[in-house]
Amino acid sequence: MRHSPRGGVGRTSVSDDAQFHPPQALFAISTTSIHPPVDPASASYLQISPRIQAGPHIKSTMSNPFTLNGGACLAMTGKDCVAIACDLRLGQQALTLSNNFPKVFNYGDVWLGLTGLATDVQTIHSLFRYKVNLYRLREEREIEPETMANLVSSTLYERRFGPYYVSPVVAGINQRTGKPFICGFDSIGCIDFAKDFIVSGTASDQLFGVAEGLWEPDLEADELFETISQTLLNSLDRDALAGWGAHVYIIKKDSVTKRLLRTRQD
Amino acid sequence: MDALVSKYSPVELDAALAEDSDDEVSSSLPQTVSFILPPIDQPAKFLRAMTDDHANPAAPIKLKHGTTTLAFKFQGGVIVCTDSRATQGSWIASQTVKKVIEINPYLLGTMAGGAADCQYWLTYLGMECRLHQLRHKRLISVAAASKILANLVYSYKGMGLSMGTMLTGVGHGGVFGLYYVDSDGNRVEGNLFCVGSGQTFAYGVLDRGYKWDLTEEEALELGRRSILAATHRDAYSGGYINLYHIKEDGWVHHGFNDTNPIFWKQKLEKGEFQNVSTTLDA
Repeated sequence: MRHSPRGGVGRTSVSDDAQFHPPQALFAISTTSIHPPVDPASASYLQISPRIQAGPHIKSTMSNPFTLNGGACLAMTGKDCVAIACDLRLGQQALTLSNNFPKVFNYGDVWLGLTGLATDVQTIHSLFRYKVNLYRLREEREIEPETMANLVSSTLYERRFGPYYVSPVVAGINQRTGKPFICGFDSIGCIDFAKDFIVSGTASDQLFGVAEGLWEPDLEADELFETISQTLLNSLDRDALAGWGAHVYIIKKDSVTKRLLRTRQD
Repeated sequence: MDALVSKYSPVELDAALAEDSDDEVSSSLPQTVSFILPPIDQPAKFLRAMTDDHANPAAPIKLKHGTTTLAFKFQGGVIVCTDSRATQGSWIASQTVKKVIEINPYLLGTMAGGAADCQYWLTYLGMECRLHQLRHKRLISVAAASKILANLVYSYKGMGLSMGTMLTGVGHGGVFGLYYVDSDGNRVEGNLFCVGSGQTFAYGVLDRGYKWDLTEEEALELGRRSILAATHRDAYSGGYINLYHIKEDGWVHHGFNDTNPIFWKQKLEKGEFQNVSTTLDA
């Protein structure tokens, strides 16, 4: 860490004098990130080892932007279909502010689920709407899910040293190949490709557990709806910060159904 | 029985019977419990730093938390109502906690804060109340019972006990009592209390509908509706609604019911909770 020996503006020389402590040490700022530096303890980057993620086992009270507003998201693959679902809660710690805050957004043939800090969810959503619109104008075709995954990844990594506090999930069917595609990301853009399911949000531990138990390969669309709904519902029932209603999208190559789940309201 | 009475009767019965106040508990409690403390210089300071409470939520020792409880007096006695959720951080550890502790057929205590602290000390209080009954050959007053608890937790002040409880019941002569006692040492008498993370939401509904002349049916419904409002808005309250009514001859249990069907009935049949949408367009 570099700091000015006299706290003077513009001075960034390194002080090796251990005896001398300036009254107000100024940190030399070397990056131009918009967001403040993230505390590594509250970060949810995917690490090779040890693995740290936003979840109940990380501090879930004040000062963790990943758990301030609450919320959960889940995507699953089936036979020639994918599903993506989210809860509807927007909270401020214990207080439930809204029960109509969907976290799954649609851009042409791609669906994006965003959990984490609500202000970043909204910012990221409008950013991707803008980027996907420009893509469509330039390419004169819809963006494919795989391309979207790379767009999300590089967009998040642009903010490597001041990340958006979100855990995105991408789902869709490649319109050229007809292949189902889902993937998830950490907050700085590491892509997690998965053949089965992706979870994110404050209920992620619960979602992992239930999904591991319920998911099986090659589910038909109606079976997939049942599986993803039960997984989400039963996970939400064990998370205090998510729930209060849910949206479920069942996506086939040329049809989409969106359903509202009537969940517990406590 | 007589042996028990004589064993636990250090004072003359007549003198004790003449009094009817908090002073009934002035005789020193039998020291039946002692706890092992951390073997360090200042155990209280250490425990304060290590145990989580509202002032120090990030401490390493995590307790079960989060609650809405309420109790109020009215013309027909006392209503006691609670939710049933226990949380550790955002993890819902249980949806079926009994937060009303039946101390004896005439006394109820509610749990908020540390589940183990409340359970243990209210059970201990039940024992003390029974001993009081044997010594003095009559029921303990709610005033005296609440003071036993208040003095007890005060003696552990600063050591990390966490409890916010309402003690309520009917003493001899059919006198209803309602006291708020917490681990900071507060002991307050009153007609109406809500305690826990959802207390403000419960107060909102309860204050709006409360009057002394409530009928029994209205009072039970008001208690239930207040807890329902709290479970809806407070993330750390929920599960089942536990409802009690204390009458002159003791308490009556009015069910332990899931909030989910109650909520949807309230919404769909009475048109309340319009903030919750039932269709995708709305």
